[in-house]
Amino acid sequence: MSERLDVKKTYKLVVNGAFPRSESGRSYQVVAADGKFLANVAQASRKDLREAVVAARAAQIKWWNATAYNRGQVLYRWAEMAESRREELVEHVQLAEGLKKKDAQLSVARAIDRIVWYSGWTDKVTQVLGGANPVAGPFFNFSLPVPSGVIGVVAPQQSSLEGFVEAVAAPICVGNAVVALASELRPTPAIVLAEMTATSDFPGGVLNVLTGFTGELVAPLATHEDIDGVDLTGSGELSDELARLAAGSIKRVYRARANDDENSLRQLRTFVETSTVWHTIGQ
Amino acid sequence: MTDHSLTSELGGLSYDPAPESASIARLQPSYGLFLDGEFTAPESHEQFASLNPATEETLATVALASSADVDTAVACARRAYTKVWSKTTGAERAKYLFRIARLIQERSRELAVVETLDNGKPIRESRDVDIPLAAAHFFYYAGWADKLEHAGFGASPRPIGVAGQIIPWNFPLLMAAWKLAPALAAGNTCVLKPAETTPLSALILAEIFQQAGLPDGVVNIVTGDGTTGAALVDHPGVDKIAFTGSTEVGRLIQERVAATPKRLTLELGGKGANIVFEDAPIDEVIEGIIDGIFFNQGHVCCAGSRLLVQESVADEVLRRLLRRVDQLRVGDPMDKNTDVGAINSAAQLERIRELTTWGEEEGATRYTSACELPDRGYWFAPTVFADVAQSHRIARDEIFGPVLSVLTFRTPEEAVAKANNSKYGLACGVWSEKGSRTLWVAQRLRAGVIWANTYNKFDPTSPFGGVRESGFGREGGRHGLEAYLDV
Repeated sequence: MSERLDVKKTYKLVVNGAFPRSESGRSYQVVAADGKFLANVAQASRKDLREAVVAARAAQIKWWNATAYNRGQVLYRWAEMAESRREELVEHVQLAEGLKKKDAQLSVARAIDRIVWYSGWTDKVTQVLGGANPVAGPFFNFSLPVPSGVIGVVAPQQSSLEGFVEAVAAPICVGNAVVALASELRPTPAIVLAEMTATSDFPGGVLNVLTGFTGELVAPLATHEDIDGVDLTGSGELSDELARLAAGSIKRVYRARANDDENSLRQLRTFVETSTVWHTIGQ
Repeated sequence: MTDHSLTSELGGLSYDPAPESASIARLQPSYGLFLDGEFTAPESHEQFASLNPATEETLATVALASSADVDTAVACARRAYTKVWSKTTGAERAKYLFRIARLIQERSRELAVVETLDNGKPIRESRDVDIPLAAAHFFYYAGWADKLEHAGFGASPRPIGVAGQIIPWNFPLLMAAWKLAPALAAGNTCVLKPAETTPLSALILAEIFQQAGLPDGVVNIVTGDGTTGAALVDHPGVDKIAFTGSTEVGRLIQERVAATPKRLTLELGGKGANIVFEDAPIDEVIEGIIDGIFFNQGHVCCAGSRLLVQESVADEVLRRLLRRVDQLRVGDPMDKNTDVGAINSAAQLERIRELTTWGEEEGATRYTSACELPDRGYWFAPTVFADVAQSHRIARDEIFGPVLSVLTFRTPEEAVAKANNSKYGLACGVWSEKGSRTLWVAQRLRAGVIWANTYNKFDPTSPFGGVRESGFGREGGRHGLEAYLDV
């Protein structure tokens, strides 16, 4: 009797709540940390990127129009989905990063806990970052943090899952939609986690994940005029040049720093805008 | 209708001039740079003239700071930061700022006169808006200096270091206050670069710093042109750049600091939509539209330069608006009756003329006030364009002058879509008696500031700044501290 043959998975893009191949038809070979073949992963094109931005722009309005309570529940459900598929994520992180199983388990646990942390922020940010302003006049004046809009993320190259979560959860939690480029050489954990958004009640297009060649996609990401902010943490030595390109449309630019405190709200603050409303008071 | 076809129904009324006295300004013939608490000798620098735009006469000459001067200024600021200011307690910093606020109040009439002479804005505005608000900003941020741990940025937020601050010509002293007050409260030292055409009130402010006993080098002021600003932006000794000005220049600055550790905040251009719903109180609406676009000759980044009127009331609003425009008193900025003063510079006047020519060429209907304009100086009569389409340049480009573009809408959705159809996102106005609709619209507008049933209101406690290509970062309020803290 022969052993059962595995059913291998095809890794595709996550765009607008669907799982398309690249419109270009291209794929590239991804190997595990030990050099063995892992998968042929979709190699996204500039056109895939543009389509993801269109999807993100439409989804962002739905996402922001949901209540903060609802956004929190959706993010929490994403954590629930990840928790129930922990073993699968551990396996992917192990293969991608070459970690010992115990370390991969810890990494996945931390990633899930971070999603939980952010799920609790959705309905706190307004109070923590906003407030009423005692202007000298007959006005009720208040400032609210509102999402910047569509955020382009170059996810960290080394930390395939935790790094990805750190990069996408913060902008999503405050009401942005995200177009993320997964780690070029270690894309599968991010794809698996992003697939779980489909069963977490996210409006399609809130999180779009592209796999492919970072060098090919980062410049179109940094120059796209309908992207409001970029997280360049995973762009390595390209980061400075991309930050220059991002200036073309005055994008908000975030880069994680080595000494960042995990409780810092710098990333959240980078991708919200303070909107201040003056309303007259009178009889 | 053609140009100058407006008729005033109150045409018979006139006002005698009520001029403020220029001698109150007590200007010196020439100024040096303000470095390390002292003015350098004027003759040690190349000088350039600061003109009165209402007369084209030279008010004074000021020093053109070279890159070597900027080096010196940054070195002074660094030394003051390391040796003095970073060792000064928050409570002591607060008292310096309170002193400065009081000194501005004491010299407010002189400052108002200087501002109006140098900028061309009506004395009524510099007296009632610019100078009191500048004092209020110092007063507000003074109180923050020893309470930073309560500002919401962590238990012990630290200053950034040396801030390079580049300000525009439209509110010269007020913009200096917006930049300096939060920076100093947060514990930074500063190199301030005033606008080329309006350097004088900042130099009076330097005298105030001397009177306040502010430690040497905590604020250094380098007058000059674009090359001076560029030297400051590029200086490796600067930790933070804060810029207010055009989106074009802001983009260049963002590019130039992108590959450096410098922090950056930008307050850039705008094309504010002033949205009028059919239920709005029309008398207040007309005054609000006027304030929105003709305040400070329209030299306001948040000006309500696109009027969006609901179709059902568009004819009436336009008719009454044009009647009101014809009553605006345009002329001598030093006259206390003047509503609209001089355009700040020949270059700005040229830009306004170019864009309004585009308005006519692209098919909008132009109405221009029949007011008489003085023979000398830079003037532009208040102008309204009707029948404007969203694709017209006058609906897209920032004119930064007394020129209003009128568009119409039918539904709230359409109003929001048209208001947001801009690369800018600084400010919007919403006029309606229905609070729920106002808040619904406000939630959907992509803008940093939304005025409901008012326009062009500013307050030190209220964060100001843009989204999208209007820049990032806030000035004013608790949020304004973030720009000057290492958080």
